[in-house]
Parts: sequence; structure tokens; C-alpha cells
Amino acid sequence: MKLKLTIWRQKNPGTKGKFVTYPVNDVNPEMSMLECLDVLNESLIERGEEPVAFEHDCREGICGSCGFMISGVAHGPQPATTVCQLTMRHFKDGDELVLEPWRSASFPFVKDLVVDRRAFDRIIQSGGYVSVSTGNAPDGNDIPVGKEIADRAMDAAACIGCGACVAACPNGSAALFTGAKIAHLGILPQGKPEQDRRAVRMVAQMHTEGFGSCTNIGECTGVCPKEIPLEVIARMNRDYLFGAWTERSEVINTIAPATDWNFREK
Amino acid sequence: MTGTMKLDAGIPSGPIEQAWDKARFDMKLVNPANKRRHTLLVVGSGLAGASASATLGELGYNVKCFCFQDSPRRAHSIAAQGGINAAKNYQNDGDSIYRLFYDTVKGGDFRSREANVYRLAQNSVHIIDQCVAQGVPFAREYGGSLENRSFGGAQVSRTFYARGQTGQQLLLGAYQALERQVDAGQVTMFPRSEMLDLIVIDGQARGIVARNLITGQLSVHMADAVILATGGYGNVYYLSTNAKGSNATAIWRAYKRGALFANPCFTQIHPTCIPVSGDYQSKLTLMSESLRNDGRIWVPKKKGDKRRPNEIPEDERDYYLERKYPAFGNLVPRDVASRNAKAVCDEGRGVGETGLGVYLDFSDAIRRLGEQTIRERYGNLFDMYQRITDEDPYKVPMRIYPAIHYTMGGLWVDYQLQSTIPGLFVLGEANFSDHGANRLGASALMQGLSDGYFIIPYTVGNYLASAKPAKVTGSHPEALAAFAATQQGIAKLLAIKGKRTVDSFHRELGKIVWDDCGMSRTAAGLKEAIGKIRALREEFWQNLNVPGSSDDLNQSLEKAARVADFIELGELMCIDALERNESCGGHFREEYQTPEGEAQRDDQHYSYVAAWGYTGSANPPELYKEPLEFAYVHPSQRSYK
Repeated sequence: MKLKLTIWRQKNPGTKGKFVTYPVNDVNPEMSMLECLDVLNESLIERGEEPVAFEHDCREGICGSCGFMISGVAHGPQPATTVCQLTMRHFKDGDELVLEPWRSASFPFVKDLVVDRRAFDRIIQSGGYVSVSTGNAPDGNDIPVGKEIADRAMDAAACIGCGACVAACPNGSAALFTGAKIAHLGILPQGKPEQDRRAVRMVAQMHTEGFGSCTNIGECTGVCPKEIPLEVIARMNRDYLFGAWTERSEVINTIAPATDWNFREK
Repeated sequence: MTGTMKLDAGIPSGPIEQAWDKARFDMKLVNPANKRRHTLLVVGSGLAGASASATLGELGYNVKCFCFQDSPRRAHSIAAQGGINAAKNYQNDGDSIYRLFYDTVKGGDFRSREANVYRLAQNSVHIIDQCVAQGVPFAREYGGSLENRSFGGAQVSRTFYARGQTGQQLLLGAYQALERQVDAGQVTMFPRSEMLDLIVIDGQARGIVARNLITGQLSVHMADAVILATGGYGNVYYLSTNAKGSNATAIWRAYKRGALFANPCFTQIHPTCIPVSGDYQSKLTLMSESLRNDGRIWVPKKKGDKRRPNEIPEDERDYYLERKYPAFGNLVPRDVASRNAKAVCDEGRGVGETGLGVYLDFSDAIRRLGEQTIRERYGNLFDMYQRITDEDPYKVPMRIYPAIHYTMGGLWVDYQLQSTIPGLFVLGEANFSDHGANRLGASALMQGLSDGYFIIPYTVGNYLASAKPAKVTGSHPEALAAFAATQQGIAKLLAIKGKRTVDSFHRELGKIVWDDCGMSRTAAGLKEAIGKIRALREEFWQNLNVPGSSDDLNQSLEKAARVADFIELGELMCIDALERNESCGGHFREEYQTPEGEAQRDDQHYSYVAAWGYTGSANPPELYKEPLEFAYVHPSQRSYK
């Protein structure tokens, strides 16, 4: 089949970007969206043009590298599917698709369809872990964890950190991402000791990064390729409230967001 | 050409059960206050790299960790599905450290080092404890205890899992531990940074040259030791289950700086992948081996049977694994399952449009256990299959075919995980040590974490305390030379300005290696492949077209450097496969098989590790041999009947 791809082209944050339309013929319905871009890129290189930069790695929907808007929807029209697993059979011959990068001030632009999502790493740095150094662990079966508890934790832990939730949210909120980690660890007995502190610090970092607030719209969970449930945000708010009460005297340090790619060593 | 240097793995003497304890006691220690004076570089942030960085940071070392992705959480360990083995014997079904050790040595077809494997089995139990403590949501029984499943090559149930996303959850555990150390100031992360050269000074590994993939800037990083945890080289084949970015550049450049490359021809073909559908295809998708627990593999008895699977009656189906291997059935090791799939397809009994596929059928299990149970066990895998193929595996059998999945070969390391360059340590899939000629399922995660959490923290300390590396700076002539050479290498790729894209070269390389150094190999085919690869390399350096420049994000340039290395490594794989005149594990030479078509080892002549040394681009590599000794598991013809 034949498609038209209208793609956001921008060399770097300092230059002006624009949409460019490329016809792609010979689209096989079995191809993934990214393979369709591969085919386009091969033809661009052969014509002496620069290929479209886009993020990808595992191409099986788990690494969270890929992701862009397809005609206004994060990861495109198929529910629970990243663009690397979105096959072209979901489109019709002659369709025009508009591809643009995640738009969020907290995800600084890099090139074409690529943005900088290091804000997510800094949110995890702010407490998205259990403080247990190697060698400190008791036997795996010492603390029983009921099946339902483990399953609920796993539902939240399935997040791949792709950023679609932020891109889809009219407020640019990262509440689903942050809530998923707070819920995953807070539900499990291993994460309990740091539950309050974790919520307070991670929420503070989320705000420092400039992500918007959650107003319970639910677009995030709608586009989430792992179908992270909205209830993780309720969990985040609850833990934050408790934490703000118990930890209110503590100074909360946040990490300054990086603004460029020049690494400074400590 | 055979080298004369003697390879000493440094295995502690005495009973194998005490070897690791003894080694740890004999190791020198670094005083806690002195640890912060040592800078360590860790390249790669997968299970091995992230667990090593986190643990070394916890100990107080000053760690710098590099990954080419935008975040360490994206490393390809994330895609491992099925599980992680541990000799916990929670199921009371006869498992033990010794049995896990035994299964792994046997599964590796007697081409791994016994002492390393024993240590791996010992560490396995600590890994599970550590991961549980980190909050990894392993599958649980209703009563709250950890659940297990079975995996290929074992008759006990020792695999721990988190749905079909075990690798993801283990990696996130290690990644979170790593980020905790970043927050504590112990680890500095360098994302989107790719190692392009190793700096060796006075025979010791002292630093790397890295390229910032966003700005294109090259930088030199000096340290007291360098740890490579950069994964395997399955992408030599172009189509593999590896991530698109997975590459061999770090280990290959280390090879060119003097590290030996061991057993490059030992590559693993995974039996259960979704078959290829077209020539645009960019990668292959694995369906976890755990599916073989409940799925039955079959093909029609008749050649060229074009009926739909549901129309083929039971007595016209050939459940060939159950028929040939009644003891292990569908759970034979990966190499055996893959070769048998190829054999039935070669006979013309393959299924699907291309005839390159076999059925993996869940109808019996669904009848026996109910659809709900199957959905709980494999739901996400079934969904993934349906997304890709548009077929519902609850109703029609899956079609699967083998694909390149893992590489057992890698840089040669001793018992301390140190390469032949002092101060250069290699962890996880990037080294060669634990899986012999075939890796058992659910063992890769185990090895990556064993190396990173429980081995390198001891051995790197021993190295620092005994070698006492002198102070060096980035202005050392060797560092400047490596920097300049890297710069020239990049300029050279951009200056070719030929006609062909990087991907077209990569595809061609992949086809040569898959055809002649894939599931089965012959001397004639390998010789031909070596010639073809040399010609391809020649053309690559004359006719490559890399658009753009080196001073911004240029994905074609990144790929070009990696493919240049894959081409050279592909040749070494064929040379190694040609030199090994036997069949063992994943290395199947058609000339060497038993009357039943099983791999025929030659222990008398080939019970050694083949470690290759670089001698310059125009010269053949030099072969060094590390003899393998089996004092505990007596080598026998593997039997899974």
C-alpha cells in the first residue's frame, strides 16, 4: 500500500523546524511503523538527504526508547502498543500520517523525532529505589508477599519509561510515570520503610523538572503501551500526603535539571 | 598461526566447592578510605554493568558508567522474558547448587570452565535474595512464597520469573540501585556515550575514548581499571533478537588493543522466535522459551501439507521433539530444539508461507488448565504474538522458527574476570566464560548479575591492591594517540562518500554469516564465507555512504562504525568455526555428527577454549589454547532422550 508521512524535521534545538511530507510506496502491511521509517530512510540516504532521526532499540515494546505522536496520538491508534510493534495493517492505503516528537518543555528537543527524557532518570534518582546495598538481603522467602500484592506491584512496575503519558497529557504531567514507581515500591513490604520519604522526594523532583500537575484527565493511561492504571496516581497522592505530614520538617533537596549534553563530573 | 603465550585462568586449587571462598580470602583488599581515590570505568548499563556500577559505588569507589542509550534503563537485558535460574530448591524437587552446576556444564556441551560455573551456581541463590530485597516483583504463590517454572535443559523447577518480563524487572532493580548511587554522588552516568577505543598504558587498561552521540564530541576518560559489560555480538547476523543498537564495538576495539577473543563461533540460535515475514524486516522477535513448558511443538507428517493446523488430525502430526527425546520432550536445550526445527523444515515439512516455521501448540494445555491459567502465565507473550502476526494463539498454534539470540563467545577472561590486558575486566555476555558452547535458558540473567553484584566487587579490589596502578592523566601520549586515532577513524567513514547505505552492507554480512556460520556449518561453506566477507569489507571501505557530519546526532555514522567492526568479527567467527573440527552445542559442523544426527564432540582434540589474538588488519589472528579440565562432570555424549 501507499502512505504519506508528514514528519517533523528539525536539525537541532537552535534551528527552525518544519513538517515535510514524504510519499512512501511499497508499504507492506506486516511492517512495523519503525520499519516503514527504515525504508523511507534508506531512500533518503540514497537520494543524498539526511535520514529522519528517531529513537528505537529493542523493537519489541519493552525498552521504552521509541515513541512519537502519530496524527496526534502518542504511539498511534492501537491500544497498548509502542510504535515499534505497531504494524502497518492498522492503516489504509492512501492514509496520511503526521509524525511529531513528544512535545513537553520538560523533554528538551534533540533532533527530528528525538527528545531528551533524562528528567525521568532524575525522578528515579530522587527515591525510586529501595535502599538496600548488595549483600544485605535476607532469604527471598523470609518475607511472604501475597500473590495479589505481587500482581498489583507488577502492574505498576511494568512501566517502560517511554514518556507517552507526558506527551498525551494536556498539562504535560508526569504523574503516571512517577506514580507507577511510587506504587510499585510502596505496595511491596520491601519498599515500605521508605514509602513516605520516597513519595515526597519524587514528587518534589517531578515539580522541579517542570512537569505539569495532574487533573485526572486520564489521557496518560489511555495511550500507555503498558496500560499502567490511573490508580497509581491516587496512590502517589496518598503517599505524598502522608509523607508531607511525617516528613514536613525535613529539607527536601532536588536535583537541578540538565540543560545540555556536556557532562560535568563531580 | 598458533601463539605460544600460556593462558592461565588462575583457578584456585582444592575442592571446587571451596574455590571461590578460598579465592576471596586470598584476595587483597582496598582500605575503605582509599576506595574513593580509585576511579573505575564501567561501559554498559545492562544487568552486568548496572549491578557492577551500583555495587562498586556502594563500596565507595568513584565510578563512571557509560551507555549509548538515552538512559541506562534501556539496555537490552530489559528484553529478557522468561526468567532467572537459582538453586534454591524451594520446590523440594531435588535441586542443589551441584545440580545447577552439573546441568550448566552439560548444557554447555563440556566447553565451559568448571570452576566458573560452580561459582555461578553458588551465587545464584544470593541473586534472588538481593533482587527480592530491591523490590523486584517476582511471581508468588497465594501463600506468599516465590513461584518457579521449568526451563529447557533441566528436570527441576528452578526458574524465578516476573510474568514474561523478568529481564525488565531485574534490570529496573539494578538500574534503581545504580540511580541511588548517582544520587549519592558515587556514580556519574554518561548516557548517549559510546566507547570507541581502549587506552592501554604500560600494558594496563587505563581509560577509554568515548563519543558523545548528541554533540559528536570525543572525550578521554582515565581510570585505574576499565570494566566492559557491553553485551554480545548477535547483531553480526543483522537479523537477531538483539536490540538494534546492541554492538560489539567496545569488545572489538579492546581485542584490537590486545585482549584475546574466545570462542567467537559459539553463537546461540533460539528455537522459539516469530518467523521472518519480509526483506524489510529489521529484527526478530523472541517468544520466551518458557512457552515450551506448556506448548507442544509439531509439524505435519506429510511434506508440503498446506492444510490449516486445525484441519490436520492428531495422527497426521509429528510431535518430533517428544518422539525423539521422550525424557526431555519439548524442553530439550536450545541448540537441540533449533537444529531439529531446521531439520524438519529442510525435509519440506515446515509450515507457514515460507515453509520456515514449526507449530507451537497450546490447545492441549488450554484444555487441561483452562484459558485463564494460560493467560496468567503467558498473557503478555500471546498479546505480543498477536500484535505482530495478527493471529490469535489461543485459537491457532503459534508459528515459530529459530533465530540468533545470544553469543557464548566473547573476550577471554580468567577466574577473576580479567582479560589478557591487566586492569581490563569483562562481565556478562561480553565475556566467554560460563556457558560453553550452548547457554541454558534463564542463565544469562543469572550470569550478568553474578558477575556484577558478586564477583567484580571482589576481583577489582584485588587488582587495585596488588597492581597499584600509577597516576596517569588524559595528556599521556597513549591517550592522545588513541584520541587522534578515533578522530581519524570517524573522518575516514564520512570521507568515503560511496553509493551504498550502512544497512545494505549489514544485511549482506548477516546473510553470509547466517547461511554459512549459523545453525549448521561446513568447512567448504566457511571458507567461502571468509572470502565473501573479505570482499565485502573491501567494498565497505570504498563504497559506503554515510550522510551528515560528525558534530551532531548522526545515527548512520554510529551504525557505520559498528558495522565496520561486525564485518571483521564475522570473519573471525568463521575462522574459529573452521578451526574447530567437531560439533558441540551451538556449533554444528555437518561433517561431525552421530548417526542420529546429534552433535559429535571430539574431546581428545578440541577440549579447549580457542582464544584469538589480533596481529594487525592484514595478518591472520593468532590462536591460543586454554585446555579444559573436567574433574567433576565427566564429559559424555549429551543425551536428552
